[in-house]
Amino acid sequence: MFSPMPASAVRIRDLRKTFGAVEAVAGVDLDIADGEFFSMLGPSGSGKTTVLRMIAGFERPTAGTIELGGRDVTGLAPFDRDVNTVFQDYALFPHLDVLRNVEYGLKVRRVPRAKRRERALEALRSVRLDGMGARRPAELSGGQRQRVALARALVNEPKVLLLDEPLGALDLKLREEMQVELKAIQRRAGITFVFVTHDQEEALTLSDRVAVLDRGRIEQVGTPAEVYERPATAFVAGFVGTSNRIGGVCVRPEKIDVDTEPGAAPADADQHGAEPRGTGSGDRHAMGTVAEVVYAGAATRFVVDLESGERVVALQQNLRTSSMDVMRHRGARVRISWHSAHEFHVPDARS
Amino acid sequence: MTLSPAARFALRAVMALGLAVIYVPLLVVLVNSVNADRAFGWPPSGFTGRWWSQALDNEGAREAVLTSVKAGLGATALALVLGTMAAFAVARYRFFGREAVSLVVVLPIALPGIVTGIALSNAFQVVLKPLGIGLGLFTVIVGHATFCVVTIYNNVLARLRRTGTSLEEASADLGADTFQTFRYVTFPNLRSALVAGALLSFALSFDEIIVTTFTAGPGAETLPIWIFSNLFRPNQAPVVNVLAAALIVLSVVPIWIAQRLSAGARTVA
Ligand SMILES: Nc1ncnc2c1ncn2[C@@H]1O[C@H](COP(=O)(O)OP(=O)(O)O)[C@@H](O)[C@H]1O
Ligand SMILES: [Mg+2]
Repeated sequence: MFSPMPASAVRIRDLRKTFGAVEAVAGVDLDIADGEFFSMLGPSGSGKTTVLRMIAGFERPTAGTIELGGRDVTGLAPFDRDVNTVFQDYALFPHLDVLRNVEYGLKVRRVPRAKRRERALEALRSVRLDGMGARRPAELSGGQRQRVALARALVNEPKVLLLDEPLGALDLKLREEMQVELKAIQRRAGITFVFVTHDQEEALTLSDRVAVLDRGRIEQVGTPAEVYERPATAFVAGFVGTSNRIGGVCVRPEKIDVDTEPGAAPADADQHGAEPRGTGSGDRHAMGTVAEVVYAGAATRFVVDLESGERVVALQQNLRTSSMDVMRHRGARVRISWHSAHEFHVPDARS
Repeated sequence: MTLSPAARFALRAVMALGLAVIYVPLLVVLVNSVNADRAFGWPPSGFTGRWWSQALDNEGAREAVLTSVKAGLGATALALVLGTMAAFAVARYRFFGREAVSLVVVLPIALPGIVTGIALSNAFQVVLKPLGIGLGLFTVIVGHATFCVVTIYNNVLARLRRTGTSLEEASADLGADTFQTFRYVTFPNLRSALVAGALLSFALSFDEIIVTTFTAGPGAETLPIWIFSNLFRPNQAPVVNVLAAALIVLSVVPIWIAQRLSAGARTVA
C-alpha cells in the first residue's frame, strides 16, 4: 500500500526512556509512512505520551534514534523539528486571543504580518471557527479550544502532526463529530498524523495503521482489521475489543450467536432465517446458562456461563427485539454457536 | 455552623475592637496632619493645609523622601533580578540543595531586623571598607534587598508553579527559540506577578527602619529615620505628622494594587 517506500515520515529505532527506576519506553521500533494516519493505542501508563514527547523533542531518549523524513533529529531541540503537537490539555496561550494563538508559529518564524494573518484566518476557517479570532481561550467551549489547538498546529503545515489524546476531554457526541472532522482534515491536508489514544474504537475507526502498546513495548502493528481480527498477543486480543476464550481458541462477542430456545430446534444450520433474533447458525456449538443480560440500546450483551465452566460474552444486535424480549432470558438455558472461520489463536506467552 | 445571637454579637465586637486598635491611631495621624491646633488638641478645632506646605518646604524632609524613594527603587530592582532568577531555578531545574533555597530566601524576613542589621553592618565593615566604599545609599539598598527578594520570589514561584511548563513547550513546539518563548509566553504570563511583587517590595523598603539604621551612613537618611530623629522635637511635630500620613498612603496604595493584581490574575487563569 505504501510502497515503493521513500524515507518514512517517522522512523524510530530501539527507542528507550527510563525515569529513575521506571522504564516508560522499553525498546520501540516504528516506521510511519508519509501521509499515514497512524495511531498508538494502549492503556494509561503504557508509554504513549512519552514516545510522542520524544518525537516532538520535549524528552531526550535514554537510547535509540528518531528520524523525521530521513533526517536524524534525536539530538535536536523541539523548535528545530518539523513537527507540531496538539496537546492533551490544548496548552493555548491564555494571554493571546484566538487569532494570535493561531498566528504564533508563523510569527516566531518571521512570516510577514499580512501573510500570517491570511493563513491564520484560513486555518480558523478550516476548523469552522471563523469569527472567533478576537476571543480569548477562556471564552471558548472545550470543543472550540480543541479546534483552536488543531488550527494553531495545522497553520504551520508540518510534515507530521502529533496528537496526544486530543479528543479525550470532549463528551461523546462532540468526540464522534471531531473524529469525522479530524479524518477529513488529515485527508485534505495530506499530513502524517501520529495519534495517541487509549480508546480502541477511536483508533480502529480513524487509523490507517495502529500500534498497540503495553508497558513501553509494541505488542502489534497493523491495519485495524489485522489488529482486530488477528491479534498477535493475548494482550492485544483483550485490549482491542473483548474476546472470549472457548477451549483453546478465541472468538469475538459479536461473532457468537445465542439460541435462546435450544430445545425447539434441531442443532442444524438449516434453521437459518426462521429465527427472528439472529442467524442461529455456526459450525461450533456449546451449551450454557445466561448469567446476565445487558441491554445497550442498539445491541444486547449476553453473559453466558458454559458447561465447561468458561464464561463468554455474546453481542446480539437488537434488530427486531426490544428490552422486554431480551430481559426475560436471564437464567435461561441457551445454546451458543459460531463459525470456525471466526476463531483465532493467541499465544499464551504473557498474562 | 450556627452561632447564638449573643455569640455572634460578641465575635463582632471583638473584631471591631481589634480593627479599631489597628486603624484608629492611623486615622488620628491622618487627621492631625490637617489639624489646625498646633498642640493637636482633640477634637480638632479646625483644619488647615499649613503643615503640608510647611513639610513641603522642609529641606530635610524632602531629602529624606527622595532617599527613601531611591532606596525603594534600588532594592526593588535588585530584588526583581535575584528573586526572579531564584524562582526560575527552583521551579524549572533540579539541582542539589533546591529544597533549601526557599528557606534561605524567606529567612531574612523572618529573622529579627536587628540581627540582619548587625550582620550586614559587620559584613560591610569587613568587605566594603577596604574597597573604599562607606555606608550610604548603596548599602541601604543591599540591606533592603535581602528581605525584598522574598516578595518577588514568592510571587514568581507561585505563578511558575501554577502555569507549569506546558505553555513553554507549546511555544517551542511551534518553532519559538528559548528567547522568543521567554519574550512572548513566559514574561507576559509573569508580568502581573512581577508588578505585584515589586509593589510589595517597594512598600517593605519604604518604611523599613531597623536594618536601615545599621546600614545607612550619615549621608543616607531615609524618611523613617528622619521621622524618628525628629519625633521628639516639638517644633517639627506638625511636619512629622504630615510625613507619617504620607508614609501611610504610600505604603497602603502599592499593597492594595498588588492584591488586586494577584486576585485579578487568579480569576483570569
Ligand atoms: N516525567 C516523568 N517522570 C517520571 N515518570 C514518568 C514521567 N513521564 C512518564 N512517566 C512514567 O512513564 C510511564 C509511561 O507514561 P506515559 O508515557 O505518560 O503513558 P501514557 O501516555 O501511555 O499514559 C508511566 O509509568 C509514567 O508514570
Ligand atoms: Mg498519555
